[in-house]
Amino acid sequence: MEAIIDVVLLSFLVAVVIAIVWMKDLFTVAMLAGIYGLLTASFFVAMDAVDVAFTEASVGAGISTLLMLVVIAKTGRYERPVRHKPWLALVVVLVTGGLLIYGTFDMPYFGSAQAPAQLNETTAHYIDDSFEEIGIPNIVTSVLASYRAFDTFGEVVVIFTAGIGILALLSGPARREEDADIDAINETMHKEHMVLRIVAKILIPFILIFALYVQFHGDYGPGGGFQAGVIFAAAIILYSMLFGLDTARQVINQAWVRLIAAIGVLLYGSVGMVSFLNGGTFLDYNVLMEDPIAGQHLGIILIELGVGLTVTAVMTIIFFNFAGRQVPVKKTDNNQGA
Amino acid sequence: MTLHLPILQVIVPLIAAPLCMFLKQYPKAVWLFSLLASALTLLISALLLQQVLTSGTIIYELGGWQPPWGIEYRIDQLNAYLLLIISAISTIVLVAAQTSIEKELESYRQSYFYMLYLLSLAGMLGIVATADAFNVFVFLEISSLSAYALIALGKDRRALWASYQYLIMGTVGATFILIGIGLMYQMTGTLNMNDLAQRLPEVAETRTVFVAFAFTVVGICLKLALFPLHLWLPNAYAYAPSIVTAFFAATATKVAIYLLIRFTFSIFGLSFSFTTLPLQTLFLLLGLLGVFIASMTAIYQNNVKHIFAYSSVAQVGYMIVGLSVGSALGLTATLIHLFNHALMKSALFLALAAVMYRIGSVQLNQFHGLGRQMPLTMAAIVVGGLSLVGVPLTVGFVSKWYLVLAVIENGWWHVALLILLGSLLAIIYLWKIVEAAYFKPPVHEAGTIKEAPYSILIPVWVLIFANLYFGIDTRLSVEVAQSAAQSLFGVAP
Amino acid sequence: MLIGLYNYWIVVALMMLGFFIIIAHGNLIKKLVGLSIFQTSVFIFYISVAKVEGGSAPILAADTSVYSNPLPHVLILTAIVVGIATTALGLALTMRINEAYGSIEEEIIQKQDNQS
Repeated sequence: MEAIIDVVLLSFLVAVVIAIVWMKDLFTVAMLAGIYGLLTASFFVAMDAVDVAFTEASVGAGISTLLMLVVIAKTGRYERPVRHKPWLALVVVLVTGGLLIYGTFDMPYFGSAQAPAQLNETTAHYIDDSFEEIGIPNIVTSVLASYRAFDTFGEVVVIFTAGIGILALLSGPARREEDADIDAINETMHKEHMVLRIVAKILIPFILIFALYVQFHGDYGPGGGFQAGVIFAAAIILYSMLFGLDTARQVINQAWVRLIAAIGVLLYGSVGMVSFLNGGTFLDYNVLMEDPIAGQHLGIILIELGVGLTVTAVMTIIFFNFAGRQVPVKKTDNNQGA
Repeated sequence: MTLHLPILQVIVPLIAAPLCMFLKQYPKAVWLFSLLASALTLLISALLLQQVLTSGTIIYELGGWQPPWGIEYRIDQLNAYLLLIISAISTIVLVAAQTSIEKELESYRQSYFYMLYLLSLAGMLGIVATADAFNVFVFLEISSLSAYALIALGKDRRALWASYQYLIMGTVGATFILIGIGLMYQMTGTLNMNDLAQRLPEVAETRTVFVAFAFTVVGICLKLALFPLHLWLPNAYAYAPSIVTAFFAATATKVAIYLLIRFTFSIFGLSFSFTTLPLQTLFLLLGLLGVFIASMTAIYQNNVKHIFAYSSVAQVGYMIVGLSVGSALGLTATLIHLFNHALMKSALFLALAAVMYRIGSVQLNQFHGLGRQMPLTMAAIVVGGLSLVGVPLTVGFVSKWYLVLAVIENGWWHVALLILLGSLLAIIYLWKIVEAAYFKPPVHEAGTIKEAPYSILIPVWVLIFANLYFGIDTRLSVEVAQSAAQSLFGVAP
Repeated sequence: MLIGLYNYWIVVALMMLGFFIIIAHGNLIKKLVGLSIFQTSVFIFYISVAKVEGGSAPILAADTSVYSNPLPHVLILTAIVVGIATTALGLALTMRINEAYGSIEEEIIQKQDNQS
């Protein structure tokens, strides 16, 4: 049964990607890419990777599709047909693919319990000893937030970097007068989406509560700071889509959002610093409290909170800057010209 | 605190970046704070190098978990040397940054600029310090993402397009590395570099490991801008803000070279790297082709930043030739050139930042007459250029000397000849600049152009003096490079 | 062997389709879609490596003894985040390019650059 699900899902994935290659309508491409993300997430569930599936569903089928749609709305819907035949590309791809296929022949078979990755003592250590050392049942969280906490710190910094990069690229000078056009668009949208607005008003509190649950329940089940952050941001994005960007800007202060993005990273970093002030190495939670297990708990909760804060803030920053981007006045164009 | 130096090396700039957010309204304060953070990083790297030289490799277990369950930092001579180069260049370039950035960027972008700069610095330091293959990927992405954003901040709209192309190429490269790491993990079950080095020989015969190696090397070479994978580099360097170019030209490719050395020499091991793939021939061929084709292209450029960018591709070629020799001496030559090239290119590009500051352009025809109007800046370009050519008493000479020694040791006389021929090409493109600056009637009216401000001029000349100083006193560059190379070859230094 | 390596071959196929989109297509958004397909296929590879026949999700429970390997899961969690960060930055660049050049087609942008 497992094998059948596996084969079917993977075949679907290939079909979707082939469709993406052919389609010239970028709107369709974005939707197909969303489907691709969702199928990948389902595949991850079939592979027992529930945490990863959760993340892929929120990223692949959620955030990235949304961002693509926003950009397509601003740049145009159709791709220009490729005129020359892409022979060189085909050759490069075939050579690379051929090399990879060649490499598969000595791989341990799929699902084999005898594969080196499964037999390695690192894996055994995580599975057998993590509960004793860290005290939480979700091994993925143990590895993510403690054994390899530094990778996760890097991950938060990557997200933060993307946020800063997007601010540097898209944010304009502080705006004094609000744009009248945007207000007008918002008004008409409000009238058209009366039902949606009411439903959203009921829904948003539940989304926020769910985000909090995911945030703090990550030790026991799938979830954690990143997923919670994305869900939290989703609620904010939903609100601003239905009530207009300017309304959302009034509710959510952008300067604060930027600070929260920084505070998340700093929270994570300071947990690490406190560890070495207490005599451990960077991110050693054992020394945070008298009892090492309690220390691990505290450390994990704090860093997950840091992740959640930064992810929420950066996702909000990204959406606001994408959707709120206005074509600058001609004055800046002169600087950009060669 | 000395116990924590390895981690402080990376987290000082990493934590400083989000802290800048609190000062965001005051770009000048952000700059000063970044400069402080970078200077602290430099101090730490100097202490680390000293510590490594006196007491050997330093190991730092992150999270208190012993490897391979946890991630470890492992600072040996090679990393310590690289860490020092990166943080030193970063600090000197940052000194000049404020003046140049204030002119080249809108005020609301300046604070973000410094944050991205610090993040990029932290990313590069993280790649170098870590002993965990996956951690390399994470920090590679920190430095790359900030690099894409920094390059896109250039004034010319072509900066955007260059940045986009770099983003695509860079991400493909990083994903190739990710595939390589995944395959290695699949065959060994570990990510720790030391552990990998011990376990890979058992499975070295498999096709999977062969493919893992090929993908890792190709991925790194994309980042390295090794000919013919260099196409993203010239435009990215030419259109980025001048400060960014000075910083990246001196550091980014060096980090990639480091990774290449780490993977080929420490992880896969010399015998594997040079026997399973025809790596020696490949590197020699691509290195030399890179030297010649990039130098020739440089001669035909009209934008001085383009000239030096192509020259960077050529210099990468020399470093790869050094690696292809496959001996301790060859590796030493590469490591020396790594250090020296960082000094030359940061000096040259920083001098171009000064020109950009005064004239707003680095087109060759705008250089006419600058020899008299900006004498100190032009003199710096001439001395830096001579160093690039490899004239005695400059660091460039030391580099070429060791490289030639290394290839001759292998009996490759023809290669030695080609290296010298390559230097002649450098003379030609340098001459084009000299001719424009000193022997053409000035295009700018007398009195309109002043010498560059001291805030840029002083860092430029500090770097130029370093080019001369380390050309004579080679203790730091040569001795550390030598013992790092020998320890990689398993010979007691 | 067919079943044993099927996953990996599909991964290679997906990867190469994504790679093909990156190289052969000129539309900047389409290229980014290709890039994310390319990356996602690598994620599928890692997760396939982690799977153990008859194992369950790596959350400790009293009645199970065989778990899938948690380490690749952790790595891919990180990699997914890196992927979305790259895509977001790429899209931001695309928007700026569209403003500066009035197009997001590679050919048109190159043509404008060559003219100036």
